[in-house]
Order: sequence, then C-alpha cells, then structure tokens
Amino acid sequence: MDFERIFFFATAGVAVVSGILTITRRNPVQSVLFLIVNFFCIALLYLGLHAQFLAIIQILVYAGAIMVLFLFVIMLLNLGDENTLEEKSGYRKYIAVVLAAVVLVQILTVVAGGVTGPTGTAAAGFGTVEALGETLFREYLLQFEATSVLLLAALVGVIVIAKKKVI
Amino acid sequence: MHLPVPIEYYLALSAIMFITGVTGVLARRNAIVIFMSIELMLNSANLALVAFSTRMGNDAGQILVFFVMAVAAAEAAIGLAIVIALFRNRETVFVNDMNILKW
Repeated sequence: MDFERIFFFATAGVAVVSGILTITRRNPVQSVLFLIVNFFCIALLYLGLHAQFLAIIQILVYAGAIMVLFLFVIMLLNLGDENTLEEKSGYRKYIAVVLAAVVLVQILTVVAGGVTGPTGTAAAGFGTVEALGETLFREYLLQFEATSVLLLAALVGVIVIAKKKVI
Repeated sequence: MHLPVPIEYYLALSAIMFITGVTGVLARRNAIVIFMSIELMLNSANLALVAFSTRMGNDAGQILVFFVMAVAAAEAAIGLAIVIALFRNRETVFVNDMNILKW
C-alpha cells in the first residue's frame, strides 16, 4: 500500500463515518459540526484528484459560508434542549434504511462491474486557478453570468421570505 | 490522467455518501437536518464529477462542480429562510408539523 492509497482510505473512512454521524445526531449543532468534518475530507480528496482550486472553494464556500449559515439559523431559532428535539418517526425510519440499503447495493453492483469509457491526459496546470478561469470565462461565460442572476434572485427571495408577516 | 486509486473507489465512496444523504432525507423529521442531508448528496455528486473530470483530463467537470456549489449556496439560503418563516408562524422545525399547504 503506497501513501496515496492509505491517504484515500483514511480520508474516505472519516468522510463516511462523519456523514453517518451527521444524519444520526439528534442535536442539529452536532450534525453541522460533523458535516463540516465531512466537507474537509472531501476537500482533501479533491486535492488528491489534482483539483486544488475546488478544494479551496470547498473549504471557503461550503465549510466556511454555507455551514456557518446553518449554524447561524440553528442558533437563531433557539430550538430548546435536546429532549424536545426527539423525533417521532417510528417505523418509517426502518423502511427508509432498508430502501436506501437496497439502492446502495444496486449502485455498488453497477460500480463493481468496472467503469469503461474514455480516459485522457490533462494539459499542464490542470485544476489550477489559471486553467479553470480560462475555461470558465471563455467557454462558460454565459452560464457564469446566469449564475450571478440566480444568486441575485436567491438574495431577493431570501429577504422577502424571511421578512416578518409574509404568510 | 493519474488517479491515486481506481475511479471505482471514488464512485463507491460517492454512492455511500449519497445513500447516507437519502437516508437522512427519508428518516429524519428535522427540516435543518434534511437540508444538511441534501448538501451531503450534492457533495457526493460533486466528488464523482471531479473524479471523472480528472480521469478524462478535462476540466469541464470541475466547472460543473463550481456551478453546483453556486446553486447549493442559493438553495441553502432559500431553504433556511423558509425554515425561519415557518418557525416564526408555527414554532416548529419538524416537517410533519408543517402542513399549512395541506387542504
């Protein structure tokens, strides 16, 4: 086992465990913290995949901005102590786990059959800010501008929804 | 392009994380945890995209991940605003208590 393999399996293990802990913790604050651990693991995997820019963006945008928003909302709502957070889901929980396990087995069966399809060699500087910026602002400029409109619409929508006395 | 481990490993990890997110959406009743599960699913899809992008040596997959992140940010902001609006009116974050659209 070389270093890269050990690195992958360690990171993947932490990612899976923190993902499972995210959905099983009763307290949403703990869920957020485990999800941040999960996002850091994914950022490390991106580094192993030569996607340096995305690794940084993952930490800055996901772990830094989006998860802080989650934490902020949880603190804002003041959900009370852990005992009031008990969920009454009953047998539905077990049905969900069984269904998910069946789908997981199906996906893993397909994946275990091996992936075919083209492979390629990358140009020098693959995954760097320069290369991605070149692609983003030459080939995908229209989509980039559309994203800015989407974010503006989300911004206006959030202000309207979160205002008092809407519903 | 060189991958640290075969791409099947990345896809298996992505599948496991995606199914974790699906289980969270199906089993949990706390709206905030459901949103976190959705983020988990988006991230697992991103991981598969980056793995294929590196395998192909083509950075279009990484651009798509970039857009997915932008959409995820918008989605999280809107979703949490809806949670805040609902909590203000119903004093709950549990989705089985949210039935104001039910006739």
